[in-house]
Amino acid sequence: MNSPTATAAPLRLFTFAAPPRFYALVGALVPWCWVATVLLAAAGLYIGFFVAPTDATQGDAYRIIFIHVPAAWMSMLLYVVMAAWAGIGWAFNARLASMLARAIAPTGAMFTFLALWTGSFWGKPTWGTWWVWDARLTTELLLLFLYFGYIALVSAIDDVRRADQAGALLALVGSVNVPVIYFSVKWWNTLHQGATISMTAAPKMATTMLTAMLLLTLAFWAYAFAVIFTRTRAIVIERETHTAWVVELTQGKSRS
Amino acid sequence: MPGAYLACRNVTDVNSGPAPWTVHCAPPPGGNASPGCQSLAGQTARSRPSILQTTAHVDSGPSARNSAPLLQAVDLAGQRGERALFQHLALDLVPGSVTWLRGRNGRGKTSLLRLLAGLATPMAGAVNVAGQPVRRSQPDWRRGLVYIGHQNALKDDLTAAEALAFLLQLRGAAPDTAQIDAALERLGVRASRRALVRTLSQGQRRRVALARLALSLEQPLWLLDEPFDALDADGVTALNNLLADHAAQGGATLLTSHQPLSLAAPVPRIFDLDHHGLA
Amino acid sequence: MTELFIAVLLRDLRLASRRRIDSLLPLVFFVVALSLFPLGVGPEPQMLREIAPGIVWVCALLASMLSVNALFASDLADGSLEQMLLAPQPVIAIAAAKCTVHWLVSGLPLIVASPLVGLLFGLSGKALAALVISLVLGTPILSLLGALGAALTLGLRSGGMLLILIVLPLATPALIFGAGAVGTVESGLSAAGHFSLLGALLIATAIGAPWATAAALRISTE
Repeated sequence: MNSPTATAAPLRLFTFAAPPRFYALVGALVPWCWVATVLLAAAGLYIGFFVAPTDATQGDAYRIIFIHVPAAWMSMLLYVVMAAWAGIGWAFNARLASMLARAIAPTGAMFTFLALWTGSFWGKPTWGTWWVWDARLTTELLLLFLYFGYIALVSAIDDVRRADQAGALLALVGSVNVPVIYFSVKWWNTLHQGATISMTAAPKMATTMLTAMLLLTLAFWAYAFAVIFTRTRAIVIERETHTAWVVELTQGKSRS
Repeated sequence: MPGAYLACRNVTDVNSGPAPWTVHCAPPPGGNASPGCQSLAGQTARSRPSILQTTAHVDSGPSARNSAPLLQAVDLAGQRGERALFQHLALDLVPGSVTWLRGRNGRGKTSLLRLLAGLATPMAGAVNVAGQPVRRSQPDWRRGLVYIGHQNALKDDLTAAEALAFLLQLRGAAPDTAQIDAALERLGVRASRRALVRTLSQGQRRRVALARLALSLEQPLWLLDEPFDALDADGVTALNNLLADHAAQGGATLLTSHQPLSLAAPVPRIFDLDHHGLA
Repeated sequence: MTELFIAVLLRDLRLASRRRIDSLLPLVFFVVALSLFPLGVGPEPQMLREIAPGIVWVCALLASMLSVNALFASDLADGSLEQMLLAPQPVIAIAAAKCTVHWLVSGLPLIVASPLVGLLFGLSGKALAALVISLVLGTPILSLLGALGAALTLGLRSGGMLLILIVLPLATPALIFGAGAVGTVESGLSAAGHFSLLGALLIATAIGAPWATAAALRISTE
């Protein structure tokens, strides 16, 4: 019937918007994502912690930025992606898009927390304190609260459709607000160092450091894909329990 | 009569039974059955849609002059949460009719009313008013709609008169004191006009909520959810009179009730949600 | 659209006037919460003067959030909200009316009380003026965002706390600019920059929030 392995139908833009096909496709991809994560992370961490030179002013403590900066990038990017998918789910009544948004939220929150935590570890030796209320840290903290708000709202609403739509509205309002929060906090106080990687100017750091950071960014991406896809698969099964293809799937599993 | 089926507008309702159904045509009180209706009498059908189609264009007399439906549900599907309530539902509300929406508890009567009022979006299908599908972005059609739900929508801290006036202001009416008083009088609660809603009994509150109808006779569409609940005999009579006046002016009413209706004219049509059709 | 706006506005004001004690609770909370600070952090005048803008703003924010929770709750419970949504006019009029009522009933008393409270904390004349202006610009923002939160969390069991969690990150820019304005004036500089940013924020929120609140009301009542 809805056999996930049917290859007769031609591939169209929304082919994988159907839960069973998505489930199958993503199930095949996830192991490769894990492989990529491990390889990229190993390479990045090796270069970052063993190959890259010691910083002139900050010594070896600076190396935490190889985790901190990619985590911060991921936290902001995932929020935008989450809001986009939630918005698509709301606008087009696409259940799978909403499920994907819900799956992204915990991972995004995790990266935000990681950025804050590693930022603290970096702050202690360099600024002498575990926490400062400068622009970026405060914005990041508020981003964490935005994630919490989204997760709390969709969990608190029993009706799945209402939860998806309300979450989408909140995520979109939040994404409009993130730049506002950033600029307001920047106006308020800033102690964080200026951007060292910009799109136009040449990076101000050694090439090896840059390589390590980019490798770890890619590793985090692969990790995010792996984890988010796995979570989405779980949500799909949970929500579609009553459909034929899930029943078929679970019966097949219990038989084998 | 087992296996019989309502056909033609303005005709007495008949039991619904198992297929096949035979079209029966009874004359309306004090009148004759129309020729078109008589010609259908005795025909059999195996499905409700075909019966509805057959009788859709029957000329049943003067009341058929404005028989274009005021509200039409086309292929409507409704759900509550993840559970589908009904599918492929078709319903017409024609001028001068009172339709009794019947069904067991949990069948989706309230959900259907809310869908027809535009308070919820259907899973499939459409609701057409005056031939046009209703759109959320164009709420103007609701000027012609009165929806009274289970709850009375009366604020505890307002007087009966103030609460009633607010409900009428919502659709843009600006009733004066005399009109409000007359409406309350019609439902027998004029004495409570200065009383805070908080102090009224359930039955009195229901009457105040229904008093809205007395000032909405020109609104063609009435969707009423359990209007007879909490009413005593006098209240029931008052409401029946309002329903009759509304139908006489060419309005259409769809209401739910757990008790059989005692409305004499117009004779209510029955829409059975359990079997999805006019019974 | 204005008929619906005015009808809801007048009705809610009338309801608030019949429950005067309930309507004054946000103000009472504001004053009580503010009084806790000197008790908690010590009565040293210089320190209190420094933290005054911040804590006045935070208490205004909390008072606003606590009172906005009930904005739609009573109407949802007795079916009035359903009737309002059935009006032949756009839902945005309801959202705008509710925000306005909330500001008139909760925000305006705070603005009126703020000079007195500022005096208790020893703010100078100029700082007091800045405080009042910042609240005049800022409390409508809080009402607008609060209404959005209330509409999203309509009818939920965890309503109050969830609303605060959702709205606080969104309200933070207003807090920063508002409190910052007073702080700037206290240190002798001009707060024009802060006020213009706050004003811009108010305009942007006034344009966007009622629309989002209307969408949230429809989502929550489907």
